Amino acid sequence: MDVRFTLNGVERTVPISADTLLLDLLRSMKCYSVKRGCETGNCGLCTVFVDGKPVLSCSTLAARVEGHDVVTLEGLREEAEAYGAYIADEGAEQCGFCNPGLMMNAIALYRENPDATDDEIKEYLAGNLCRCSGYEGQLRGIRSYLNYKKGEACHE
Amino acid sequence: MIKHIYGDFFLLKLFFGGSVDAEKIQKIPDKENSMLKFKQYYRVKSLEEAYELNQKKSNVVVGGMLWLKLQRRTIGGVIDLSDLGLDHISETADAFTIGAMVPLRDLEQHEGLRAYLGEALHESLRHIVGVQFRNVATVGGSIFGRFGFSDVLTLFLALDAKVKFYQAGELPLSVYASSAPLDKELKNDILEAVILPKHVEAAAYRSVRNSETDFPVLTCCAAKVDGVYRVSVGARPMRAAYTADLTGILKEGITPETAAVFGKWVSEQVATGSNVRASADYRRKMIAVLTKRNVLDLAAQEKGGQR
Repeated sequence: MDVRFTLNGVERTVPISADTLLLDLLRSMKCYSVKRGCETGNCGLCTVFVDGKPVLSCSTLAARVEGHDVVTLEGLREEAEAYGAYIADEGAEQCGFCNPGLMMNAIALYRENPDATDDEIKEYLAGNLCRCSGYEGQLRGIRSYLNYKKGEACHE
Repeated sequence: MIKHIYGDFFLLKLFFGGSVDAEKIQKIPDKENSMLKFKQYYRVKSLEEAYELNQKKSNVVVGGMLWLKLQRRTIGGVIDLSDLGLDHISETADAFTIGAMVPLRDLEQHEGLRAYLGEALHESLRHIVGVQFRNVATVGGSIFGRFGFSDVLTLFLALDAKVKFYQAGELPLSVYASSAPLDKELKNDILEAVILPKHVEAAAYRSVRNSETDFPVLTCCAAKVDGVYRVSVGARPMRAAYTADLTGILKEGITPETAAVFGKWVSEQVATGSNVRASADYRRKMIAVLTKRNVLDLAAQEKGGQR
């Protein structure tokens, strides 16, 4: 069977098996920002946007994105660069493996709630696990990123 | 001002794994190590089609697929209800109708339900892994599966919700949840929606977890529905069960003393078991504590007129 969907703004039609997972499909399309982590739906490493909502690609059937809009971090380079700089600035990236998923969800948080409090950030990002850090650096980095985005929005 | 510690190139290599070119498609890896395998994917166009396909034992209706995926099994085909318009919540003067394919995140964010159920709704859902998970997990998957760990089942059981099946029609969730084992007709039926009649006067929810976002050790919801105090307890670790204030402990009013007596009474009515997360004794003691606190919340809501 084929699945037709939009990937990072480009319409694609790709052959898949009935049980192909979105994670496997995206990685086969060289979207390597989509990481294979726990594969049990717990770690958030495989987060992508489907129609603007963050979802776990490890638990989404590729066939289900037929006609939908999928965005990976490769499609969000500008936001990724800005976010990455703040995370690096706080020394919050260690092995870096969790960063793409965390970044996707932090961007989703900003889009949904640009005025998030620290508690709201923690709650929103509870589905992103990091085995290196204690999350404090990441929280500071996200806080700074949200403040920067807010300032940027004020200037526009 | 962004302070670039590393150059852009380093960051992009780190995040994107070296390439951002998605033009060439590699071979999709075989699912040799994957636990769930199936040969057919049915994106049905009607409930009737879904029902007919579901009569075949090897076919399974797929909700969010989060739990199904963790099972080591080979199934014939999955039946996807995504195109049936079951992903909406509608509100009338008498009830909310929550489609089976509504993601838990949509349930959590629905303004009408938030206003109606107050903090109980958010509290019952916010601990379920993360936002990405709740954007995938569906109400129908949580309810139809009757999972012991289900916060959603615990919530709706206390609220005296109903379930609507394609063939069996409407039946109380309490009947569906307590049927053991589920008869073949219901097992092969299609869950269309969860119906929440607007009889809830107050609701409060609490759970205990060993660590944030883990499966719950215990879930507990108390609600006043049509003047009756109802309590449901889940993650016992068996599936959620409910009881009501049948002996009238709270009849004369809710005080810290009557709430404690009621909590202890509930803990004696609901069976508990042991697993890796907690012992039956611990759960029994926690039922009394959570019930007491929830019931005191109900009293505060009634007094303050707010949920």
